[in-house]
Formats: sequence, structure tokens, C-alpha cells
Amino acid sequence: MKTSGIIMILGSALLLGLFYFPLWNITLGAPQYPEPLGMDIYISGIQGEEEFDIQNIDGVNHYIGMKKIPKPEEMWEFNVFPLVIGGMAGLGILLGFLGFFRKISPNWFLGWFVLMLVLGVLGMYDFNVWLTDYGTDLDPKAILKLTDEAGNPISYKPPLFGTQQILNFTAHSYPRLGAWLMFAGMFLTLVAWWIGKRSLKTQNI
Amino acid sequence: MKKINSILSLLVLVVIMIGCGGDGDRKKSGAMATNAAERVYVAPGEHDEFYGFFSGGFSGQMSVYGLPSGRLLKVMPVFSQDAEKGYGYNEGTKPMLNTSYGFIPWGDLHHVDISQTNGELDGRWVFTHENNTPRVARIDLNTFETGEILEIPNSAGNHSFAITENTEYLIAGTRFAIPSPQRDMSIEDMKGNFKGPLTFVKIDQETGGMELAFQVIMPGFNFDLAHPGRSASHGWMFATTYNSEEANTLLEVNASQNDKDFIVALNWKKIEEYVKNGGGTMMDAEYAHNVYNHNSSTATSTMKKGVKTVDPKDIPGAVFFMPIPKSPHGCDVDPTGEYIVGSGKLAAELTVFSFSKMIKAIEDKNYDGDAYGIPILKYEDILGGIVKQPGLGPLHTEFDGKGNAYTTFFISSEVVKWSLKDYQVIDRKPTYYSVGHLMIPGGNSRKPFGKYLVAMNKITKDRYLPTGPEMNHSAQLYDISGDKMELLLDFPTIGEPHYAAGIPADLIKQNSKKIYRLDENEHEHAVRNESETRVERKGNEVHVYMTMIRSHFAPDNIEGIKVGDKVYFHVTNLEQDFDVPHGFAMIGANTAELLIMPGATKTMLWEPKRIGVYPLYCTDFCSALHQEMQGYVRVSPAGSNPELKWSLDGD
Repeated sequence: MKTSGIIMILGSALLLGLFYFPLWNITLGAPQYPEPLGMDIYISGIQGEEEFDIQNIDGVNHYIGMKKIPKPEEMWEFNVFPLVIGGMAGLGILLGFLGFFRKISPNWFLGWFVLMLVLGVLGMYDFNVWLTDYGTDLDPKAILKLTDEAGNPISYKPPLFGTQQILNFTAHSYPRLGAWLMFAGMFLTLVAWWIGKRSLKTQNI
Repeated sequence: MKKINSILSLLVLVVIMIGCGGDGDRKKSGAMATNAAERVYVAPGEHDEFYGFFSGGFSGQMSVYGLPSGRLLKVMPVFSQDAEKGYGYNEGTKPMLNTSYGFIPWGDLHHVDISQTNGELDGRWVFTHENNTPRVARIDLNTFETGEILEIPNSAGNHSFAITENTEYLIAGTRFAIPSPQRDMSIEDMKGNFKGPLTFVKIDQETGGMELAFQVIMPGFNFDLAHPGRSASHGWMFATTYNSEEANTLLEVNASQNDKDFIVALNWKKIEEYVKNGGGTMMDAEYAHNVYNHNSSTATSTMKKGVKTVDPKDIPGAVFFMPIPKSPHGCDVDPTGEYIVGSGKLAAELTVFSFSKMIKAIEDKNYDGDAYGIPILKYEDILGGIVKQPGLGPLHTEFDGKGNAYTTFFISSEVVKWSLKDYQVIDRKPTYYSVGHLMIPGGNSRKPFGKYLVAMNKITKDRYLPTGPEMNHSAQLYDISGDKMELLLDFPTIGEPHYAAGIPADLIKQNSKKIYRLDENEHEHAVRNESETRVERKGNEVHVYMTMIRSHFAPDNIEGIKVGDKVYFHVTNLEQDFDVPHGFAMIGANTAELLIMPGATKTMLWEPKRIGVYPLYCTDFCSALHQEMQGYVRVSPAGSNPELKWSLDGD
């Protein structure tokens, strides 16, 4: 159980990387932007890749009537996400210690993983809802109003994951280091559970 | 008359030479015969290897070319008004062209020199000078804009120009000798009474700021070209003189009589020391010092008084004359600092002086008399070597750092490569036509980048599609990486390039600014967002605090202006995105547009003359809705009392 506990502590501690590194990143390249505009999405807010990228994305977006990129105080998520991530990391570390001293069963590690998975999926769902709102809830006085072949207003929603052409812009949306650390950490907690289970079995035999 | 005849016969000879040699050469130099096109081809989207800063001569501007492509990248206004950029027209830049003679809209920009550290190009600044109304200027290589212009008092035909090897001093000589100080006197009494002051300008190592340090009051010869000593000869400067005859009329004949004129060798470190210890006397002078603040887009012009002058006779061992045949022009120092190449325009040979021999001759005090108290060294004592039969009409020399020198010949219209080791000619190539200056990137430093040579020609004739009697001057790019020079490219230049300076792009391009930061904007009338925009009246002055962002002005409707008002538009570009300038034009404004870079503020004065409603608009296609970027100003009768109103979209 010692190894398992240490891996659980390490795995959940990797979540703390989200306080320093961006979770996600969206870049927008276009013929006029050979150096793409980009935004890094952190759990506590959105920052431009370059100093004035957010201002310039807002400037471009005003033609199609998009809302401005939200500031941290304008979205509850940026207050709640740090608490959730901090809380889950703390909880995971605590469980790891308890496991290390054999106070609890490794199944608690699996329980933590499932909870984290549910919260993660909820987070992604929420992120997608925001992207959809951002890409479709447009100013009725927008300068450019474009419709698809069926006559419906086209959506400017950037992809949740992947690459997509939006008018003259190519949008790339991919996880960044914070997310990769989180994924790695979550995987490690699964490993911790598996190793813990196996060591218990060996002992029982 | 005899002289004129012999020159004429020389010219005839040259015409015959060109006539014979030219055709054969052209047949050989087709692009298909070599891969010349490939070697100057910079693919779309790719960058050139070198920046070239080209003097614009009588255009008063400096242009920036990419090499080897010969693509024009920018024209930077320096000494002349530039309506395109509003330079010298808008309120912020008008003071740049202020002088002790008042506002001067034009200048004659001659030589250019990139700043150096330890004799190597450092890419901090480009300095240049103006021949007609003596001035020197600094261009900052982060904004590619003129940062400072300093008038040189007590001088005329400011021509011989050089930068010392750590950019300690900028040297500005007098080409047209004048009474010093100026006074009302007979021109005929010139001889012995006129002077040729050489001015030293101290450069601030942090800012590039220029300050008049001292003037050496030389005899009234005409000081032509100058170059600094480097490495071994650091601390010295060398300048050619012509008209040692001190003729005041028909100089083409009367200043060509002496068999020898002089190169002056001047130990500036000795003079600096002398001045530091309290030497020299103050002379009355008045000169303008114009400094541009890139953060405020505003220049200030200050009138300064007095200049410290030094009589060379008072500093023994500081100034010497080196005799050189027949009206020299170029005076070039090789990368080691040992060789000083003097080009007598009318001489049949190229003279190379040895610095170490010069020092020995000075130590031995082996003089050949003096001129106005300045010792004349003996020609044979200081001679390093002679290049025999190099061509006709030698002008300028640059170096490739591999022991070779390249000299231009105006009359025989060619550039000649020769060896500094044995003074033998290695190669010669025709230029089209009558080359003046030449430039090898770093060819005037300790560390030349000997890959390309650019010849700047005075005569164009048939090189391009005809454009009426006036043709742009032409430059030619040669590959000099091999034993023989190869002509690769022709390209037209702006004005008349007197010299150019090339530098590897890597030493500069990363310093080039993309925008001006709005939060560092120091313009007196800047506004940082639309909520601060407003219109204020002070008597008959109206100040409009306006912003521009894709794709509107704020405010864009203004009422309450009257005929006879002086309306100052202070316009701020709120963009913080690379290459999104906006322009501003107002109907009936007796000045140029404003062209405003992101984050900058510029001011235009408009004096409405008739009642009515007048549009203003953005002149630089900025966005998909650029055409909509427009507004109106209502002008009411003089003496009426309209309410001052301004709005954007009704707010």
C-alpha cells in the first residue's frame, strides 16, 4: 500500500499544475494573422497568448456581434473551478496519506477517480455550453449577419476539441499543459488503485 | 583651356572604351547564362538577408531596401517634408525641420552610417547628415523614424561625415569654406580669410542623443569625404580636401590647379583631451536642436547658443596634412585601420597611405613645410602603395574583410577589385552608368560581410522603361564572394544615393516595434478610450480629442465650429494590433493627412474657411468597413454662437 499511497499523492498533486498552466487553448489564424491570435484558458480566467490578443480577438469579433471575452469576475466558473480543483487535489493527497498508512482501502482511490471524472465531464459540458452561447448569441445589430444554405444564422462557435474553419479564420482548440498534467494525474490515481488492490491481494494470499 | 581639353579627350576615350567593352559583356551576362536570378530571388513571404539603408540625396529622405532582392521596404523621412506620412506637416513633427533660418521643408541627405561598437556594426542607430543647411540626424532602428536633428552652426555644405568606431563622435566637416564667424566681406578676399570648421558631435551611448562638442577651425579648404581610424588607427580621423587653391570662382578649373591637395589626419583623442582640460574658446553661434519623442509622437525644437572652437595650431601633434594627387574625393580606411585609400578624382593612380608610416613620420618630425601652421607630411614617407592604371575618376573604396578593396570609377564607369597586399588589380566590372558610391555591408568597419557589393550610379539612361526626361537613379548588386565579381541585379533608387549602409537583418529585425503602447502614450492630448473623447473651445481655438478604431472615429459628428476657428484634431489610434494604422483627412485642411500607427496620437490643424457641413475620413484602408470610417463637422458663420456638440451613434 505504500507505493500505491505515494502514487495517489503524486497523481492528485499533479492537479495543482492547473493553477500555473493553462487548461485549454484556442488560436485563430487567418490570412491577415500569419501569427495567429490566441487565448489561454486557465481555471481562473482567460489570457491572451500575446499581450493584446484578447483585445484584438474582441476587435475582430465585434463585426459579427460576438460578446467580449469574459473577464474572471464575469463568469462564476472562474471562481468555482479553482475551489473544485484545489479541493480535489487536497482530498486526493489526504486519501493517499491515509492509504500510505493503511487506514483506508484502495477503493477510495477509485472513488476519487470516478468523482473527478464526473466533475471533469461536467466541466467540459459547461465549457461547451459557454462556447455555444459565445458563438451563437450575437448582437442583433451586428455588422455582418451571415446565414447558412437553409437561411439559419451561422454559428461562430469554436470547436470544443479540434480544428475548424470559421469564415476567414481557422480555429484550433486543444488542451494545454495544465490539462495534460491533470490527465496524467488522473491516470496515476487509477494506477494507485490498481497497485493498491494487487498488493492487498498478495498480502491476503 | 588646356586642362578642359585633356579632360574632354579623356571622356572621348572613355566613351570609346564603353562602346567597345559594353556589348561583349552584355551578351555574357544574360540571366539564362548564370543563375543570377536564383541568387537574388527571395521567395514570397521570405525575408532578405541584409537591410540596406540608402541615402536619398536631394530627396532629403533615407530609404530602406532588402538585399539581395533590391526590394524597397520603406522610405524614412528625415530632412524633407513627407506628405505621405504627414512628416513635417503635422503639429508633432513640424519642429523637426526647424533651424536657425526658420522652418526648412527640404534637405539634401548625403552619407549614412550605422552605429558601431568596437568597430563592428551594432544596429542601434543610423546617422546621416544634410549638406545644404548643415544638420546631422539620428534614426532609431526600433521605430525606423527620425529621432533627432542637430543643426551644425558655423559651417556650410556639411559634407565630410563619419562615426568613430565606438560611436563616440559624429564628425561633420565644412565643404564650402566660409568666413568664421560669418561676416560681411568681399568674396575675392576669401584666400586666407575663409575657414573650414570640422565639427565633433558627442553621442550619448544610452539614447543616441547628440551634443555639439567642439569645432576644429581648419583653413578654408573644402572638406569632402571623411572616415574614422579603426583598430590600430582608432582615435584618428581622415578627411579629404579639395580646393586647397582656395579659389572662389570657376572652381572646376581654378580648384584643379595644384598637383596635390590634402588628406587631413586628425587625432581627435588629443583634441578631446585638450578641450576637457579647458582648451578652446567659445564662439557666438545659434543652432536648432530638435528631439523627437517616439512615445508622444511630438518633437521639441530648442535654440542653442555658442560653440567651443579649437585652433589646430594650439594643439601640436594633433593635426597633419597628407599630400595626395589631384582633387581627392574618397578617403577610406581598411578594416585593420592600417591603410587609408585616397582617390584623386583627376589622378591616373590610386594612392594608399600607411598609418604606421604616418605615425613614424610624425615621430621623426620629417615635414615638408606647413599650410597655415599645420605640418605637411612627406608624400614618399607615408605612402603605402599605388594601384597603377586602375581606371578613370576613382571615387570611393570599400573592403570585403578578405584583404581586398573595391573602388568605384566614375569616368570609366566601373568597379575595380584590387588587393591590399600587392596593389594589383584582380577584377573589373562595368557599372551602368557612372558609379558614385558603393556599399558592402559592414564594408566601412572592422568586420565587413563580404558577400554583396552595391554600386550606386549617377546616370541611368536606358536601364529601365523610359519615364520621361527624369529617371530614377540606378543601383547594381554584385556577388563578391568569389574571385571575380558577378553582376546579379539592377534596381532603381530614390533621389540620389550618396552612400548606403548595409547590415545583416538579424542584427536589427528583432528590435523592430510592432505597435506603440497606448499605456505609454505621452502625447499631451492623447485619450486612451472613447469615454475620454471630447471637444473643447478656448477662445477661437477648438481642440478635438478624437479616437480611431476599426472602423469608426469617436466622435464622428461635431457641431459648434465657426469660420475663423483654429481646430486642432488630436487623433489617437486605439488599436494595439500590428500593422493596423489609420489615416485622417479633413476637407480643406492646408496640410497633409495624419497617418497614425497603433497606440499613437497625432495632431492636425484645420482652419475652416466656409460655412457648411464637411466630411472627414480614414485614408488608410484599415478594415472591411474602412469606407464607412467617416464623419462630419458642421461649420457655422464667424460671430455666431453655436453650441459645441459632439457624438458617436447619437451618444
